[in-house]
This record gives sequence, C-alpha cells and structure tokens, in this order.
Amino acid sequence: MFDHGGVARAEELVGDAGPPGDRLAGRPATAGAVTGAGGAAAAAVDAAVGALAERVRPTDLARDRTLPVLPAFDDLLPATGLRRGTIAAVGARPGVTGATSLALALAAGASQAGSWVAAVGLGSLGLVAAAELGVSFERLVMIADPGRGRTGWASVVAALVDGFDVVLVAAGGGGAGGRGRIGPADARRLVARVRERGAVLVAVGGDLPGQRSPLRLTVTSSAWEGLGDGWGHLQGRRVTVEAGGRGEASRGRRAELWLPGPDGTVVAVEPLAEPIPLRRRSEGAVGGP
Amino acid sequence: MTEVTRTLVVWCADWPVVAAGVPLDVPAAVFHANRVVACSPAARHEGVERHQRRRDAQSRCPDLVVLEHDPAAEARAFAPVPAALEALTPRIEITHPGACAFPTRGPSRYHGGDEALAARAAALVAEALAGRGPVQVGVADGPFAAALAARRRAPATPVPAGRAVGPRSAAPTAGAPRSAAPPVAVVPPGGSPAFLAPLTVRVLAEQGGPAGPELVDVLERLGIRTLGDLAALPVAEVVGRFGAEGRIAHRLARGLDERPPVTAPPPAELTLAAEIDPPAERVEAVAFVARGLADDLHTRLAAAGSACTRLLVGAESEHGETHERVWRTEGTFTPLAIADRVRWQLDGWLQAGAHRPTGGLTRLWLAPDEIVPAGGRQLAFSAGGPGAVDAVEAGDRAARALARVQGLLGVEAVRVPEWRGGRAPGERVALVPVAADDVTEPRPAARPEWVRGPWPGLVPDPAPAAVHDPPLPAEVLDAAGRPVRVSGRGEISAAPATVVVAGDGCGPGTRAAVVAWAGPWPCDERWWDVEAHRRRARLQVTTPGGVAHLLAVEAGRWSVEATYD
Repeated sequence: MFDHGGVARAEELVGDAGPPGDRLAGRPATAGAVTGAGGAAAAAVDAAVGALAERVRPTDLARDRTLPVLPAFDDLLPATGLRRGTIAAVGARPGVTGATSLALALAAGASQAGSWVAAVGLGSLGLVAAAELGVSFERLVMIADPGRGRTGWASVVAALVDGFDVVLVAAGGGGAGGRGRIGPADARRLVARVRERGAVLVAVGGDLPGQRSPLRLTVTSSAWEGLGDGWGHLQGRRVTVEAGGRGEASRGRRAELWLPGPDGTVVAVEPLAEPIPLRRRSEGAVGGP
Repeated sequence: MTEVTRTLVVWCADWPVVAAGVPLDVPAAVFHANRVVACSPAARHEGVERHQRRRDAQSRCPDLVVLEHDPAAEARAFAPVPAALEALTPRIEITHPGACAFPTRGPSRYHGGDEALAARAAALVAEALAGRGPVQVGVADGPFAAALAARRRAPATPVPAGRAVGPRSAAPTAGAPRSAAPPVAVVPPGGSPAFLAPLTVRVLAEQGGPAGPELVDVLERLGIRTLGDLAALPVAEVVGRFGAEGRIAHRLARGLDERPPVTAPPPAELTLAAEIDPPAERVEAVAFVARGLADDLHTRLAAAGSACTRLLVGAESEHGETHERVWRTEGTFTPLAIADRVRWQLDGWLQAGAHRPTGGLTRLWLAPDEIVPAGGRQLAFSAGGPGAVDAVEAGDRAARALARVQGLLGVEAVRVPEWRGGRAPGERVALVPVAADDVTEPRPAARPEWVRGPWPGLVPDPAPAAVHDPPLPAEVLDAAGRPVRVSGRGEISAAPATVVVAGDGCGPGTRAAVVAWAGPWPCDERWWDVEAHRRRARLQVTTPGGVAHLLAVEAGRWSVEATYD
C-alpha cells in the first residue's frame, strides 16, 4: 500500500527546504556567496525530491486521462499528451506525404510507455520505419484487413478498442482506396465506444466517414534533406504540421518537426539564428558593422 | 489454534477429463492454447504430462483423445458435487471445478470426528459422480494443507487392457470396480507442519497456487527444496527477500492460513443485488447483468482499498426458489472471474435435473464473504511517470481483445512483427501469426544472428513508412526520355529526370520530375541458388512536394518498392 503520509511528508520537506518564493522564483539576485552555494545544493536536493515525489504520487486506479507522446508534440497538442477517449485524424495536404510517419510517431510515445498498439488494415505499413520512430515491437499487433462488409470492420475495431490503448486505422474505413467504407452510424457508435473505453483511435489519412475528429493533425509541407544530384542518401525530413480540431484543439497550432531527423529521432526543429547579413560599406571600411 | 481453520477439501482428480465424459482408462487429454491442461491416468501412463505441447503429447501417445478446454462445461458438470455435500453443511466453497472445501468445525462434531466426516463426504460425492471419476478427500488445518492432503495419494491407476507394462501386466480390465473405500487422508490437528515439511516447494506453484514459478525457481536454486526448509527460515528474512509473496508462502509452509481468518463479516452495503425484469430464462441475459454487478462490486471494493477472496453468488427465480453458492479463489476476484462463476453456477442450476427452477430468474445478488486489504500492484520506480501502464494488466487486456478478433477473423488475421534479415524494406521485418494467449510471451527473433549481421547493399536508414507489396510498376526516364538502366556493375546509364508511376487501381498514374536522387545500391542476392537468385539495384529519388520514393530495378523493369510517407 502506498504510504500516503510519507509522500505528503516528502512533499512538505521539499517546501521546507526554503521559503516557497525562493524555490519557485529561483535564486534571489542578492544571495551572498555562502548562501548561494548552500542554496544551490538545497535546490538540487529539492529538485530531486520533487521529481521523486511526483513519480511516487499515487495514481488513481482508473487510468490516467492522457497518453504520453514524444516531446516533439508538446507544442502541437493542447493537453500534455493525447487525451484518452478521442479520435485523432492524421492526414496530409494533397501532394504531400508524411501522414503515416506522423501517425506512427504519435503512437510511439504511448508505445514506449507500455501501451499496446494495434493497426488494422494498414497492409502497407513500413514496420522498420515504425521501429525507428519508436513503436515497440513487443506491443505492436497488425490485424489484417477485415475485408468486405462494413460490419466486419466496425466490430473488429470495436473489439480492439476494448483492449488496446492506441488503434491505428486507415481513414477510409478498411480496404485500400476506400473500399468497404463504414457508414456514419457505425462511425458514431465507434466514437462512443472509444470514448467509453478511454482508448485513442488514430485515423491515418483523414477523418472517419461522417465524423469531424476532435484532433486533426495535417502535414502541410515536407522536405527531405540529404540527397544531392546522384550522391548522398535521405537523411532527414522537415515537416510542418498543423493541429486543429474541436474544443481545446480548435485554436490551430503549428510546429516544425524533424520526421525523422538525421539522428533518427522525431524532434522539434530548433530555430537557427538568423545570420546577420554583411553590409557593404564604403571603400574605406572592411566589412563588419 | 485460532489462526487456522480446519478444512476439508474434496478433490476430483483429472476433472476436465471426467467432465468431458471420457472414461479414465482411455488415454485422453484436455488442451488449451495447444498445451495440456489435464490428462487421464492412462495418458499419464504413456508419458503425457501437463504443460506439454500438443505435438509432444501426441507423439508420446498416438491414440490420445484430444479434448478442448471448456471451463463452463466443467463447472456445469461439477454442480452435483456441492449439491450432494450440502447435506453435511451449507457452507461449501468451490475453488474451481473439481475441488471444493468447507470448514469442518461444526460438521465434524456432528458426524463424530474428522475421519467419519471425511468418509461420509467421500461416499456422498462418489454417489453423486456415479463412478465417473475418482474422489479424494483431505482434512487438515488450513485449506492449503487440506488440498495437498487430498491430492497426495493417487488412486490405483487403472491400466487399460491389452497394454502389458512390465511386472504389472496383470492389468484390470477396463471398467473394473475401484477399491471399496475411497481414499481419505486426515492430518491430525496441529500436524500440518509435520505433514507439509517433506513436500517440495513446487507445490506452491501448482494449480494456481499462491506463489509463482519464479519464486519457486529462486527458492530451489537457493537450496530450499522442501516446505520444511522454508518454514525453518526466519520470517523477517523471507519477507525482506521476497516481499508479500514470500510472506504468504512462509505462512503456508508453516501450516497457517494465508492470512489470519477475518472474523468480522463484511459490511452489508457491499452486497449488490440486481432485479431482472422480465424474468430471464437464459443464462446469457443474467450473465450480462452479472458482469455489470461484478464491475460495480470491484470498483467499490477497490475504492475502499479491498479485494474479495470469497464471494457468495445467489439467484432467485420468480417463484421464490433460491440458489446460493460460495466461491473462493486463490488471490482475489477480478470482475471477469466473478462473471464467469455466475455463469457456471447458473448453468449448473438451470440444467440440473431435480432442482431446476420452475420459472425465470428475477434477482441476482453478489455478497462478498471475505475481503482482504488489496495489495495492489506497485509500479516499478523506473517505469513511473505520468501515463505509465501496468504491463501485466495491459497485456491481459490486449490478449483478450485479440482473442475476440481471432474469433471474428480467424487465427491468421492477427500478426506480430518479427525481425528477419534482408535488404528490401519489406524483407527486414516479417509478420508472423500469433495465438492470442501467446502475444504477451517474449518473442525473440528466430535467427538473431541473421538480423545482427551486416547486410552490404542495404539502403541506409531512415526506412520508408509505406511499403508497396507488390511493388508498383514504374518507368524511370532520363532527361532525353530514354529509360534509365543500371549495368551489372552498378553503373547507372544517365541521371533520372522523370518517374512515371502506373496507376494501381486506387488512383491514376502519376508523372513526376526528379528533384534529387541518389544511388544505385546494387545487390546480388543468393547468386548460388539458381531459383532464388535476384539482382536488383535501388535508387532514392525525391519529387516536387517533398515526396520521396525508393525505386528498384530488376531485369530492366523499374518499380516503386516503397514511399517515404
């Protein structure tokens, strides 16, 4: 059993190490050398104990309300993570690719934290790419295309939503090229089921028919780097992703991501400093401001 | 000793086989997920054991009768046994189909001693079973010791006629009457520690026992081979090393109950009842209600930090007939387990000949009989953090969902990725069908040395996210409109300028200019094998819009192997 008293005391200890204003606002500028040194050590202890208290904090038996995501998505998603019980539609502007990788990267955060991921009807998914983006093979299951018939697809996805935290589906509702689309009534039932079970349904390539997803991520532009004219190899891709949807996601956000970056990870693009242009001076001066 | 309740356990050996109606001198085994769950004595004679794979078992005994595991049918078939034992005491607890127990304090005094009570119980059950299977009875302090006492002495194995085996060739014929007095083992009060001492620690892990196989494995490797050795260790050391599991194992090894018996009955507000209107004639409707009640009960108990180990399930028909049973489990009850037991009990009641209800069922209630503080599962510190998932529970949920999907689509529809070796993007990982129960087992790669080995000619990472299978036919033209070729030495004839991808049924063909390209990566695979020899070269190209493709040429024909989606 968790020692609630102990955790509470630990948290109080963190507060007792210094006046709260001091801890929250950082070192006061007027701290002397001696107190500064002791304060730095105390601050390190505070930080460590605070982090530990955060992790030991008892979670309620109902699962937490969000699934973790990779840090690159922090700017895009309204909450700190994917809110459970929602549908996310991941797509791309016409003529732009990157939707599949973005969907995999979205699932990767949860997969690394221990959630199980199922993919239905995504027969052309590149599994090596999935592994590189961070989806763990131990907890990934691929379900074959349920085939013709709307009821087949809907009941399979409903069964998976019961047991898996993240379910990836092809947006058309099964089948390549939109064969076997599910009707809006089935889609509504599926949405209700997803909300009840607290899973996340990721529709790759667009929305489910007849539904406007609460969260919509769209790749608006992508550019691969690393290829030259007959030399090099694909190394990294910079994409611009726009997030929209309903509710808290309705305020659109956009971010630039490496998907994947040259080191294989999905990170936000660091804005480079703008170079200061050299200005031509009159003849006497030589460059420089 | 107030710490122990003296218990009588009735155990029907090999109950899954008996419940299937197969006589015990026919070699038969019950399988679940391709492994043996129970086998008849005749099959054991041939070398079939529990946990063997089906193929192993069939190779040892070719004419083995293969039966599928059906817990509902077993529970239904077991229903007459507790019904017969109700003549002795109303407080029968069913542990699982095949075993039931009750405390002996009152009935023992009434029937004149433990031996007499045990003999009477054995006779009643044998009569209820009508000779279909053996019955063994054990009496001891505590249900664990009593269960071991009941299981310890195996009855004389009936060897089928015609299979002469060594000196026991004078075999009884099939269907020979068993010994007149069913075996009864009574451990005197206070004699549990002495009785348990020579038994090996493996009994702790049997039959859904209190400890897991890992604990037993560690104990054996530490040199603690018998329960007596374990009991001799100081309890503080055992708890310090093994935690709660070790404390339970130590208590059981000493002959005590798993936890001190709870004397105060659980509060009445934990009893949940549901009215069923209109009266339900079929078990499925009641099972649905039971599932909701079980979830509700579990949530309430969990909110109070408790879990239930003994549960009373009762049902009432519209004409007032009631049927109550107490179920006990090792560990604690999950909602699914409760729902399963309700279904078993009602199956048994609705189909019993003499006492079936005359109307539909109108009321169902669940009353926890014994609640214990819920140990809970503490997540490891390293796996903590917001959104961390309990691995075991998540795996179980996933396995259940996959079982349903396999029921809908077939076993082949569920596949998991496995690393292989290869160069083509679709060859490096293969999809392997998996049984729902095995999905949580670790799945090492079939040939790890192939995966780890260097693969010259491999297109460098990152890997494409969309692999076309089969590859899309395409044409690659240079600036002059001629097809681009790659020679046998891996030299490209001209820089590609246009890529034309044929339509693939889901869209028209596309024609795109090449913005940048790299390659070729030639590979000459399996040159020693005439049939499997493949010579391919690959190119990476990007087209306007940031779309990148992996093109492959083989025998002069280009195709799009993958798109970097």
